[in-house]
Amino acid sequence: MENNASSTSTKSPAPKGEIWVWFTSLGLVLGLAMVLFLFGLILMRGFSFFWPVPVVQLELKEDSESVFRGNTSFAGVIASTQERSLQEIAVEEEILLEEEEEVEADGILGQALQTISEYRVFVGSRDRYGQSFRYFRHNDILERSFPEDIIRAERRVEGDAFFFPQRIQFQDGSEVTREDAIFEDELDRVVKEARSRRSQINRIDRREIGPINLEIRQLTMDLRYLNRIERSEGELTEAQQAERERLTGRIAKLNEQFELLRDQADELRETNQSIRVFYEYADGTNGQIAIGDLFRFYYPNRLGFLQRVQVAGIQFWEFVSGYPREANMSGGIFPAIFGTFVMTLIMSIAVTPFGVITAIYLREYAVQGPLVRAVRIAINNLAGVPSIVFGVFGLGFFVYIMGGTIDSLFFSQAQELGTPTFGTGGILWAGLTLALLNLPVVIVATEESISAVPRGVREGSLACGASKWQTIQRLVIPASLPGILTGMILAMARGAGEVAPLMLVGVVALAPNLPVDGTFPFVHLERKFMHLGFHIYDVGFQSPDSEAAIPTVFATTLILIALIVVLNLSAILLRNHIRKKHKGSAF
Amino acid sequence: MNDSTETLQQTPEITRKEMDNPDKTDFRQDYISFRNYNFYYGATQVLFEVNLDIPERQVTALIGPSGCGKSTLLRNINRMNDLVDGIRHEGELLIDGTSAYDPTVEVISLRKRIGMVFQKSNPFAKSIYENVVYGLRVAGRKKKSTLDEAVETSLRRAALWDEVKDRLGESAFGLSGGQMQRLCIARAIANNPEIILMDEPCSALDPVATGKIEDLIHDLKKEYTIVIVTHNMQQAARVSDRTAFFYLGKLIEYDETEKMFMNPAQKQTEDYVRGRFG
Repeated sequence: MENNASSTSTKSPAPKGEIWVWFTSLGLVLGLAMVLFLFGLILMRGFSFFWPVPVVQLELKEDSESVFRGNTSFAGVIASTQERSLQEIAVEEEILLEEEEEVEADGILGQALQTISEYRVFVGSRDRYGQSFRYFRHNDILERSFPEDIIRAERRVEGDAFFFPQRIQFQDGSEVTREDAIFEDELDRVVKEARSRRSQINRIDRREIGPINLEIRQLTMDLRYLNRIERSEGELTEAQQAERERLTGRIAKLNEQFELLRDQADELRETNQSIRVFYEYADGTNGQIAIGDLFRFYYPNRLGFLQRVQVAGIQFWEFVSGYPREANMSGGIFPAIFGTFVMTLIMSIAVTPFGVITAIYLREYAVQGPLVRAVRIAINNLAGVPSIVFGVFGLGFFVYIMGGTIDSLFFSQAQELGTPTFGTGGILWAGLTLALLNLPVVIVATEESISAVPRGVREGSLACGASKWQTIQRLVIPASLPGILTGMILAMARGAGEVAPLMLVGVVALAPNLPVDGTFPFVHLERKFMHLGFHIYDVGFQSPDSEAAIPTVFATTLILIALIVVLNLSAILLRNHIRKKHKGSAF
Repeated sequence: MNDSTETLQQTPEITRKEMDNPDKTDFRQDYISFRNYNFYYGATQVLFEVNLDIPERQVTALIGPSGCGKSTLLRNINRMNDLVDGIRHEGELLIDGTSAYDPTVEVISLRKRIGMVFQKSNPFAKSIYENVVYGLRVAGRKKKSTLDEAVETSLRRAALWDEVKDRLGESAFGLSGGQMQRLCIARAIANNPEIILMDEPCSALDPVATGKIEDLIHDLKKEYTIVIVTHNMQQAARVSDRTAFFYLGKLIEYDETEKMFMNPAQKQTEDYVRGRFG
């Protein structure tokens, strides 16, 4: 009996609490599920951007709704299948209002509730169809086929296209047609050659012409400055005149070099333009493309699994290592990856020492009282300030005040001519603005880990005759390093994804140069830069054909997340390494 | 720095003196001396008119129920209480004849002369070697041979050398509780202090480890003046030469340990040591 009583008394409170246990676990599961779903979606959609899918050719019924400009035959990639009610379509086409009576009279209103299914097909060839995507109703399709010989071509402009290559025309007018046995090998060869010529052109443009241009620009600026002096002073001193002559001579010489190189590049370009590929669209109409505009192609319906993996790998590599084309609509995102990486690095380098020093002062030296409490509250509130406010502050303080001061001290020439160096948005100011934004995160994390250092350790150190600073330096900071790194990790995760403030302090949709390159002084912190977050915004919401940009947006998002994961992972590994070294320090 | 070199040179001489005078009559009887000492945490008075002379090179135990002020008294000797906000004291505390609170006395050099072992062993997140030489490093000693010698001597004195000599480079957190406490003792004596303060050094240890530490205290008193706070009556009886009994911030009785336990003058002392309260 006694046993019974005691067992019920211990049992009875348990079920009451269990409901709440279930609730909490439900919340956790829900949160996890949402995170996993989002991550899975981005992973899937992001990777499918690179995956070569078979191309389908659709034959449509004559005079059906789906026929576009008389074309009854389309080739493309089916992006999705969707259902729409006729009413929706009618609303979209704005005929409901105009022909309301007619519709009612015809009794189609009943039908309006019916739904039709249709394919959303990526047909490419923006130049030809106006949009990259077209809709084809299931009922309008007569026949579907997967032609072997169709190629998917990545073109310099207007996105991808699907067509059947017919013949290659060389410079001398000779031709190779598809009936020839060597046709496909030849096509491969000329495209490869064109690619190597293109990289030669790029090398001339970037490596050789670039520095010359830069020097000419610099010298022209000096020259303009001298001219201005002449205008205001009346005449120049002898030394200045000599200087002007030297400048003019140098510019002329550089221009000569420049023209030589330009001719070289032009010659290569011409060769790339003179070889042409003639092709046929799915509907039989003809077209042609210069070999220089045909970047890469593959036969999507001939690939085996391994070849698909290979193509996906190549496309992925070109995406992460290439430069953007066509106002970011195609090409790669390397400058954005690099910009994000460098900016995050600058931010971490700036925020960590600053935050740690602040936290040490607050926790170890400041007399704990109402003032320090107020400061602490202010710091915590700083974390809640909308990031755009930091952007405005960064623009005012870093760009205008600090950048302006640097310019007037060291680049006064350029500033007077209206071309600021540091007095305009740049990667340094963006990094510092984000450092400021994340300062509270680092301070709070550091303070917490400093206060977690056991009192016994401090007392032990002081009892050994160490001063306060020696104790902090030798024991407190090493012991709180993992916590400091945690703060840094949080700051990086937040900073790398932040976009709004950057738009004010230096991010651009298309930057001409990377912030780090081969021209002296190699690191150009004053340069504007590209950022993955801003790239997503620009491609997804500012591009002329946003529907075609959706896959790019997913792929860019995937890369952004991957970059943040890589950055964080390396910081976490570093932290674990340090933790192992100091294991048990927080017992 | 001068301090510690001097003491290093003195060591052999001390040992000789020790052997010549086994009855220790040569040593100062008021090496640490509290005169009419009052101590306050803010408005709360913790010590009341304490007059206490602690003799050189003997073990003095401070006993009393919790909150009686014995730990506070101990932490006053190396001014560890300076860390606490709002403390105040009246009266005098003399160490070897000089006031500990004398404006010319720097608290850091004072602490270098006084080693301390805490209730909870507090090794640093460093190697065993670095733990021992911590005091020397912060004092600016860099010479490898000096440090190596200090490590061996201190660890030998702390009876830990044989157990750790092969893993000096390993983390101190790999040691057992008793070993950690002995490491802390080694760290305290590596500075060559004159006084070692022990704040319940065995309260977190098992009987075997406790026994080792007690043996160690017995050895160490040949060279150091030891003040130990303990809750364990048997321990006080075993290790100390003199015992001071505190109650509610007042020094009730202070005498030879044997007399304190066998024949105390005060009723309160007798009740406490017999375990009738506290």
